[in-house]
Amino acid sequence: MLDVLHSLLFSTLDAAPALIFAALGAVLSERAGVIAVGMEGMMRVGAFCAAVAALTMPTPLAVVMGMLAGAALAGVHGFLSIRWRSDQVVSGIALNLVALAGGTFLLESLYGPNGTPPIQQLTRWHIPGLGSVPVLGALSGHSAPTYLALLLPFAFQGLLTRTPLGLRLRAVGDKPQAVATLGLSVPGLRWGAVLGSGLLAGLGGAVLSTAVLDRFEQHTPAGLGFMALAAMVFGRWTPVGAFLAAAFFAFGNALRIGLVSSAPGLVELIPQGVLLALPYLLTLVVLTLQGQRSSAPAALGTPYEQESR
Amino acid sequence: MRRGELLAVVGENGAGKSSLMNVLYGLYQPDSGVLSLDGQPVRFKSPRDAIARGIGMVHQHFMLVPTLSVAENVVLGREPTRNGLLDLERAVQEVSATCARFGFQLEPRARVDTLSVGSQQKVEIVKALHRGAQVLILDEPTAVLTPQESDELARVMRGLVAQGHTVVLISHKLKEVLGVADRIAVMRRGRCVAEVRAADTTAEQLAALMVGEGQRAPATTSPPAVSQAPGESLLNVRGLQATGDNGRPALRGVDLEVRAGEIVGIAGVDGNGQRELAEVLTGLRPLTSGSGALLGGPLSGLTPAQARTRGVGHIPEDRLHRAVVKALSVEENVALGRHTRPPFAKGPWIDFKGRRERTRELTVAYDVRPPDPEVALRALSGGNQQKVVVARELDARPRLLVVVQPTRGLDVGAVAQVHAKLREARDQGTGVLLVSLDLEEVLALSDRVYVFFEGRVTGHFLRHEFDERELGRRMLGTTEPGHA
Repeated sequence: MLDVLHSLLFSTLDAAPALIFAALGAVLSERAGVIAVGMEGMMRVGAFCAAVAALTMPTPLAVVMGMLAGAALAGVHGFLSIRWRSDQVVSGIALNLVALAGGTFLLESLYGPNGTPPIQQLTRWHIPGLGSVPVLGALSGHSAPTYLALLLPFAFQGLLTRTPLGLRLRAVGDKPQAVATLGLSVPGLRWGAVLGSGLLAGLGGAVLSTAVLDRFEQHTPAGLGFMALAAMVFGRWTPVGAFLAAAFFAFGNALRIGLVSSAPGLVELIPQGVLLALPYLLTLVVLTLQGQRSSAPAALGTPYEQESR
Repeated sequence: MRRGELLAVVGENGAGKSSLMNVLYGLYQPDSGVLSLDGQPVRFKSPRDAIARGIGMVHQHFMLVPTLSVAENVVLGREPTRNGLLDLERAVQEVSATCARFGFQLEPRARVDTLSVGSQQKVEIVKALHRGAQVLILDEPTAVLTPQESDELARVMRGLVAQGHTVVLISHKLKEVLGVADRIAVMRRGRCVAEVRAADTTAEQLAALMVGEGQRAPATTSPPAVSQAPGESLLNVRGLQATGDNGRPALRGVDLEVRAGEIVGIAGVDGNGQRELAEVLTGLRPLTSGSGALLGGPLSGLTPAQARTRGVGHIPEDRLHRAVVKALSVEENVALGRHTRPPFAKGPWIDFKGRRERTRELTVAYDVRPPDPEVALRALSGGNQQKVVVARELDARPRLLVVVQPTRGLDVGAVAQVHAKLREARDQGTGVLLVSLDLEEVLALSDRVYVFFEGRVTGHFLRHEFDERELGRRMLGTTEPGHA
């Protein structure tokens, strides 16, 4: 029994960081008032660039490349939605489509349909003495992003609630006019948040290529970017809330994999496809339950128009 | 303007008052001209520059973040920190100190969206003073206040002037301006046409200056013709309850009645259930409890389509959102909702000719300018758009007309026309339910008034009982006299 729990926890901790980083990125962007539908695309770009970069450079540096790639795509989103005040949902969906098609095109023309060649995974850290402790031992043996994903949500929460910058970010998402009349820059704050969300989504994608897998695969990130949005809503737009929701989703996924491998009879009872769809169904259920009781930033999705004359 | 005085700027809507002040505050850039402060020409590129030079502004629509506390709103942009972290304790102390210095009573830790409108306005003033504002600009500050809150604000403004601050008050309420200002500047069509000392002028002179020579001064709220005895009951509700957009109860047991041939006013501070009442009566919002009869049918389960067929007309608060389609032409907007019936349709087809003729008649009767049925509605001014809405709703000969804020943002001429049309409808036997945040408007038009406070009726007055003070007290939920 403890063994089962140990392995469930271990695989959750392995798989969750990508989702957590993307969920935090979504929170950052949306708290500043910019809708983050483009998470999936930014993750995909981050995952692809990290995998390609890792073929020629040390993996940690490749992760940074993935983050920058995510931020670059976020820059397009910022340019469209902040500078040109276009519809943020349309802009985000466009990015997702570009990333989906562009990723597939580049992958197939450079490496063929089976993914990039395998790369050196990020080093796993073994915490001395912890590995043999039952259940808690699952905390040992992960790569750096896992530990970062456990700390970052709390640091981010502190930033949002305890620093002047956080206050301004919350204000700009709820009432940008108030921020503008105090002489602060609404576009400046929103640009910062959008680029930051790109870095985080890129990191999430890069983690998929360099820690969870050892290459970029055709379907990466397979909807994780959308689950990140669900985690954000479920977590009521707070970093720690989104973190808990993301961890919950990841645990659900680990549970599914565990069930399939430990009880093969189950697959005959319930088709594999249904099991695969479980996390997504779960997301739908959560969003339905959340329903009207949303606590989204008041100015979410509304472009800020400054009198330009 | 001079140091230590209270200057009022008056003018009709669209005269350029707010634009001028936005230039002063650095939100807009002047196309030409020079701005001088203390004898030096200055140029404000953003509000930051204006704030740095001691100018503060209280906007007509509050610039507060509703989810943050009073202290957070006040310090936003110049937050006190300790070790790089936000020092909320010190923010609270600083804000308390500022409040104490100027005699404001505010709880710095309270969330702004829990405060009354009057208190929110004080937060705005404190916000400006906290930044060291010497010149304070208030844009239409009393538009949303009760008479008591307006008096309080006048005291606050005089107090600031006494402490050496300069206050600029933008308003179109002449009485109130005459009461508090030292000097009055009158604006018309983007120009300052006169500057007078408040002591040397009268409301009539100001009104004439605002409207311009050669035009008659706006008829100030002529008393309505004594209405005939009200007719049959059109609407009768008991214990009406409904939920607001925020999920909290907005109506908590309302009893009211509207009869044919009377105008029934709903007075109250914004957000006390008036909007939800209008939405329930027009089928836009379900009621959660209570019973009612509306034009011979039950009120519960009412859909907007049923409301229309029973004879409910609706002039909603936000015309662009709910009453018209900007991109369509005037005639198309006039046909909306009645587009399947003559003269707008012939069988399954649009009757272009009938529609055009009817629209042309209406544009003449309601003085819509330009009187062109084909022009896109967005090309019309706000006042003329509203006249189109009023024309459409009254042309359908409603038995009950639900009207919300019918003259918001209209100039004096258009206001008079809309008011006249509502009275005319009343005299022809329509029951009118008038919701307005402008107490003067409610008192000028209504035969009876219900006062709303926190989703309940806190007062009911017949025309001969109207008393602004007493109504104001009921609007604040206080019933004992002298405790406002």
